[in-house]
Amino acid sequence: MTGTGTTTRLTEVLAAARAENRAALVGYLPAGYPSVEGSAAAMRAMVEGGCDIIEVGLPYSDPQMDGPVIQRAVEHALAHGTNTHHVIDNVRAVAETGAATLVMSYWNPIERYGVERFASELAAAGGSGVITPDLIPDEAHEWIAATDRQHLDRIFLVALSSSDERIGYTTRHCGGFVYAASVMGVTGARASVSSLAGDLVARTRKTTDLPICVGLGVSTAAQAAEVAAYADGVIVGSAFVRALLDAPNEQAGLDAVRALAADLAEGVRKR
Amino acid sequence: MSSTAQQPDASGHFGVFGGRFLPEALIAALDELTAAYEKAKNDPQFQAEFAGLLRDYAGRPSIITEAPRFAEHAGGARIILKREDLNHTGSHKINNVLGQAILTKRMGKTRVIAETGAGQHGVATATACALLGLDCVVYMGELDTQRQALNVARMRVLGAEVIPVAIGSRTLKDAINEALRDWVANVDNTHYLLGTAAGAHPFPAMVRDFVKVISVEARQQVLDLTGKLPDAVCACVGGGSNAIGAFHAFIPDESVRLYGFEAGGDGVETGRHAASITGGSIGVLHGARTYLLQDEYGQTKESHSISAGLDYPAVGPEHAWLHQSGRAIYRPIDDAPAMEAFRLLCRTEGIIPAIESAHALAGAIEVGRELGPDATILVNLSGRGDKDMHTAAKYFDLLDAEAEQS
Repeated sequence: MTGTGTTTRLTEVLAAARAENRAALVGYLPAGYPSVEGSAAAMRAMVEGGCDIIEVGLPYSDPQMDGPVIQRAVEHALAHGTNTHHVIDNVRAVAETGAATLVMSYWNPIERYGVERFASELAAAGGSGVITPDLIPDEAHEWIAATDRQHLDRIFLVALSSSDERIGYTTRHCGGFVYAASVMGVTGARASVSSLAGDLVARTRKTTDLPICVGLGVSTAAQAAEVAAYADGVIVGSAFVRALLDAPNEQAGLDAVRALAADLAEGVRKR
Repeated sequence: MSSTAQQPDASGHFGVFGGRFLPEALIAALDELTAAYEKAKNDPQFQAEFAGLLRDYAGRPSIITEAPRFAEHAGGARIILKREDLNHTGSHKINNVLGQAILTKRMGKTRVIAETGAGQHGVATATACALLGLDCVVYMGELDTQRQALNVARMRVLGAEVIPVAIGSRTLKDAINEALRDWVANVDNTHYLLGTAAGAHPFPAMVRDFVKVISVEARQQVLDLTGKLPDAVCACVGGGSNAIGAFHAFIPDESVRLYGFEAGGDGVETGRHAASITGGSIGVLHGARTYLLQDEYGQTKESHSISAGLDYPAVGPEHAWLHQSGRAIYRPIDDAPAMEAFRLLCRTEGIIPAIESAHALAGAIEVGRELGPDATILVNLSGRGDKDMHTAAKYFDLLDAEAEQS
């Protein structure tokens, strides 16, 4: 659906992973944790470790979809003055590596910044698209128009609770991939990945040819391999944030996220 | 001015306001709730059960009381109080809570979650859950649990679990975030009993319908007493449920001016206030497009008010629409005039109002002076002030040093 024939880096990366008969690895970190420069360095380390796609989180004061780990990092980022300009800067720093680079943002910061302005600055920085966890296509008229103009992929979410009709409606408005939320709940590592996620992916496949990436709760290589068996991409967030939060210093944090990415990258190749 | 009769539209929009800005995971629950509510609205059995509880449990209809000694300070206008303070649990909150609690049972859900700021909505929710045998969990900002310790005890006495929220500003907005996180994880058996006419569709319309009994009663009561409609209706506005309840039946009456008084805190110009419409801008928070307090990057700003119940950085979307359409007028009332009106009503009429409601009283003083002695003004006295004694005692320096320490 997205754009007018222009293929984003995101689409290329997902196609390449598919050609290698593996799932893509998607890693998330909020911009501004531990600092704006520090988050850029950590995201680049994640690419070095094997992440194919990076989600740059836009820190928001009211992160309703996020569990305590991401809340803590985001609170720190905001307290230290991280703003939308810094997010765009992080996107530029990551996109330079060749990784597909996305923004993950709640809706109000985008609306406040200016929908058109945000889309055009993101595209200029080399971003491929945006994940909007609290924006459903029903409310997205202006966003759809702006992302079409800027050839950005719009990634909406489908959930275990979504009816088949809503899944179809949502995927018709997606580009790049469809984000399948594997559990009913907030972000955060879980002991096991919900067995219901496979069913959601199967229901979603009936409505679209787009790749489907699964997120929420994945933190280990074994879980990544399990999800990679049926999904086109595995999204890991809180585990990366946790690795940074637990690190005694910035260098140790970079080493930790790089190592975690390498471990997970092996997982997505064991489908 | 177009009529509000058809508001909101089928997708929950009041003009450009309202809608649904929540994760897809919650859309099915919102759809289920909308369907259940639409069915209940037209079901005589539901309406009879709701009306029965309002009458036999909450104590409705609430009376109106004329306030002549108070009115001397309001330009001599005739002031009539709608006594929501006399409802069971002491405020208008019980109306909405009873409606949603019955609906929860009809949906086959067994667990209720709620957010609370001052604790009034939490207490009302705990009350309804005790009455109807529902499990009850109330999220409350850690800061508020300390400021309103007595209400925490009231909720626990009624059998509710109170969970302090220690993230963000540790106040009402963070309690709402935490309730939403609980809801998405437990939506199968859980209803989120939102306490004000805000949030995602269908909450603003549903809550309004459960509280509109305030204006339906008051309109007839004022007609019976004075033989005509009031010239103005005054209400305080935080999230806006008591105000929308007080306005609703009067919206088609074009001669009736509608005034919503927001919490001006230290003054809108100081930045320390909770006046979303008069001191905020349009954005999205907690599921709806509305007016809110935000910085240039869309981060929610903390609100400030001496009244915990008005201390919220956004407002229900129907108020945003009534403001934009010009049907209602919104003004800020700072802490100082609100507290002066609080004292005045206590001393002139022997009624201790909630500090929230005192904002409406202070507004009525302004409006009375503007409209003059021929005007009749209906003021929604949304709650009683017992819960505010600690704040009032501190503000007016009423306690002996010894008592203050105990």
